Amino acid sequence: MNELLAIDNLGKRFGGFIALDGISLAVGAGERVGLIGPNGSGKSTLVNCICGTMRHEAGAVYFDGHPLGSAAAHRRTRLGLARTFQLPRPFVSLTLLDNLRIPLLYTVAARGQGYAASEIEARCLALLREVGLEAKARHRPRDLTQVEMRKLELARAMAAEPKLLIADESMAGLTHSEVEDILTLLRRLNDEGIAIILIEHIMRAVMSFSQRLVVLVSGRKIADGAPEEVVRDPEVEKAYLGQ
Amino acid sequence: MFFSFDLFINAIVSGILIGGFYAAVTAGVSLSFGILDIVNIAHPAFIILGSYLAYVLNFGLGLDPILASIVMLPAFYALGAGIYQIYYLSFEKRGQESLRGLAFFFGLLFITEVTLVLYFGVDYRYVEARYIGPTWHFGPIDLPLRILVPFLVSLLLIAALELLLTRSFIGRAITAVAQDQLALKLLAVDPIRVKRIAFGISIATASLAGALLIIIQPVEPSVGREYIGRVFAICVLGGMGSLPGTLIAAMMIGIFESLTATFYGPSWAPAVSFGFLLLTLAVRPAGLLGR
Amino acid sequence: MRSDVFFLVCLGIGGAVFAAAVAFGNDYLFFAGYVVAQYVAVATAWNILGGYCGYVNFGSAAFFALGAYTTVAFYSFYPPLPIPALIVVGGAVSGVVGLGMGYLMLRLRGAFFAIATLALAVVLQTLVVNWDYVGGSRGAYIMRPETMAPLGNYVRYLFLVMLFLAVVAITTARLIERSRLGYGFATIRDDELAAEASGVPTLRLKLVATAISGALMGMAGAPFPYYISYLQPSSTFGLDYAVNAIAMPLIGGTTTWVGPLVGAVLLGSLQQIATVTISSAVNLLIVGFLLVGFVIVAPNGIVGLFRQHIQHKPAGIVGRRRLGADAAGSAP
Repeated sequence: MNELLAIDNLGKRFGGFIALDGISLAVGAGERVGLIGPNGSGKSTLVNCICGTMRHEAGAVYFDGHPLGSAAAHRRTRLGLARTFQLPRPFVSLTLLDNLRIPLLYTVAARGQGYAASEIEARCLALLREVGLEAKARHRPRDLTQVEMRKLELARAMAAEPKLLIADESMAGLTHSEVEDILTLLRRLNDEGIAIILIEHIMRAVMSFSQRLVVLVSGRKIADGAPEEVVRDPEVEKAYLGQ
Repeated sequence: MFFSFDLFINAIVSGILIGGFYAAVTAGVSLSFGILDIVNIAHPAFIILGSYLAYVLNFGLGLDPILASIVMLPAFYALGAGIYQIYYLSFEKRGQESLRGLAFFFGLLFITEVTLVLYFGVDYRYVEARYIGPTWHFGPIDLPLRILVPFLVSLLLIAALELLLTRSFIGRAITAVAQDQLALKLLAVDPIRVKRIAFGISIATASLAGALLIIIQPVEPSVGREYIGRVFAICVLGGMGSLPGTLIAAMMIGIFESLTATFYGPSWAPAVSFGFLLLTLAVRPAGLLGR
Repeated sequence: MRSDVFFLVCLGIGGAVFAAAVAFGNDYLFFAGYVVAQYVAVATAWNILGGYCGYVNFGSAAFFALGAYTTVAFYSFYPPLPIPALIVVGGAVSGVVGLGMGYLMLRLRGAFFAIATLALAVVLQTLVVNWDYVGGSRGAYIMRPETMAPLGNYVRYLFLVMLFLAVVAITTARLIERSRLGYGFATIRDDELAAEASGVPTLRLKLVATAISGALMGMAGAPFPYYISYLQPSSTFGLDYAVNAIAMPLIGGTTTWVGPLVGAVLLGSLQQIATVTISSAVNLLIVGFLLVGFVIVAPNGIVGLFRQHIQHKPAGIVGRRRLGADAAGSAP
């Protein structure tokens, strides 16, 4: 199969509450997929289950041909699956440079293609340059603005040299131009061959970015196809856009 | 091992009675740890403080210990509110609760205990009241009043707290503050004030629990340490913050401790509650993503 | 400075301290010095799990006591095992138990882990109290030899051994701090979820931390029966040890190997002085107040205060190098 990520009938419940109900989804290498849905529809739960932060009860997730089973999150990252968090979670006691050092030391090195000790710092600086944070390389995350934190999140995910990046609401609360900044970054990553799942509420961004649009409502996937068609789907309108 | 039915039934009964008392001891922690997520490891030390103050009022003024503890309730409440304020400003606000908050309470535990040692010495203290001597007998069952009375008072305390939490506005605000601070703010209720009140109530229960303790047994400052594990074991077993759960868990632990002490010897008894705690924590899914 | 050079420098300093104590002539210095050196080792060991990884171990006394009781258990061997061998065995036992504890309990969230460690300590204590071979609740007597040639009084030998252990502990901590492991530990402390997402095998690292921490504490505990001659379960396993193990790194500073050293030397010495001049109960009061005071006012400890002070100075050579070293790991 040429699917990079294959999710088969994924189910997850919290006590009596069904968060994910039989979700099936596939993402091919290099694809740009947008994932939208109202608050509480299960988007973040889905991401958590894919990435191993949460355990799912039913169904299966396959990445790059490997069944993920109950593999720990760090194993999945090593396989090439990276994510950002909705609320940025930087390593607060480390400098920006050292924040990026971590994926290099632990993910890239574990794949056997590690950088030599002398190259690591250069590589981190290069990554910071790509997101425009090179000037603050030796600062701590507390010195960053909102959009800079988001960029750091992305840079840290990029440092893990993923095949698939899940960007979880990386643009929430940003200004118009800041959103454009992030989008440009993501497009550049995609140009390098990285598949991207963009989870967003900002419709303009999702529409312009995605090749394919997936809609999640109350834990169920109700649409999956070309953005223009999905947006016109009456069920989608009713559940999500019509509000 | 000599098994006697009389011994067995008395072990169960005394387990239930002492379990009720354990629930009163744990009630404060159910509030502070179970609901507010504050690891007040110093709670047993405040209970011992309550015991000593009850002793002082009993010895000096002849006041009944339970009455004495009720007189001290406002003082303990104020102490709790003050401690919470410091805790909030120093730790919660800065987001450093885990390591430093724990260390803070650990330090308070020692300060309280050693102050009592320096002031009162390490001799055992006890109180005197009319119900401490006699024992009622029902067939083979012995009910020492000095345990029965605290048991009944404990039940009253648990019932009163449960009513407070479920029926009163402040009680429901306390339950809510653990789950959704924003919602409270939207209702024009200050979550910090609610937590302060809750913690104040938590320490206030220590006053009463302390009086009950010194009725049941003579007290010296380090007695509190035995209760640290018990209290957290019961709180976790009881479902973290559920008072009825606390009561049931407390009685379970009381019964098991009593049976262990009766049939295997008292030196194994401390391991019971701590062993329970380990077991519960091992089985509970309190993993990385929390409850 | 490379680690082996650092190790030798510290050994040199330790040797100098020992020589100074010998020159001073008062044997009490060795007794007091032993305790301070022991606390350096224990505080440093605690900090590897508590300060670097953020997992608070309330049961540190248990690992210390395991080392001590291993010595007691081997006491009846003839010929008796020499102390260095006991240290290795004690360290191994504690390390394995640390590993086991980690495996059972490291999946627990912060506060639950801390409480579980307390529970473990009491369970271990109860087991020991009921095991007659090591003396049970009566305690155990260890005959301390009179002398150890060529040092003279046996306590001098014990002090030297403990100095060596302290050096081993801080060298280990420093080595970890500057290695990939140290970065991994820091991410576990800062945000475990993000650490996992970045590829850090958090469980494995935490197990390494508990094993090393436990082993070092066990090693520090192994000579203790010879020092104290009469070992009692209640005091060996007690919270009194735990509070020092926690207070010293918190007061000194938890993010680096210097913190526990500073905290142990200062607080340990303070306690020794207080024991002699006032009473030993006051010790715990001092620890309690300092602990509470420092976590409120100076959460980064003495090292933190020092760093803040340095950073306010104009960046001269010393200032700049300090700032450079401050960015963890960028120093050569």
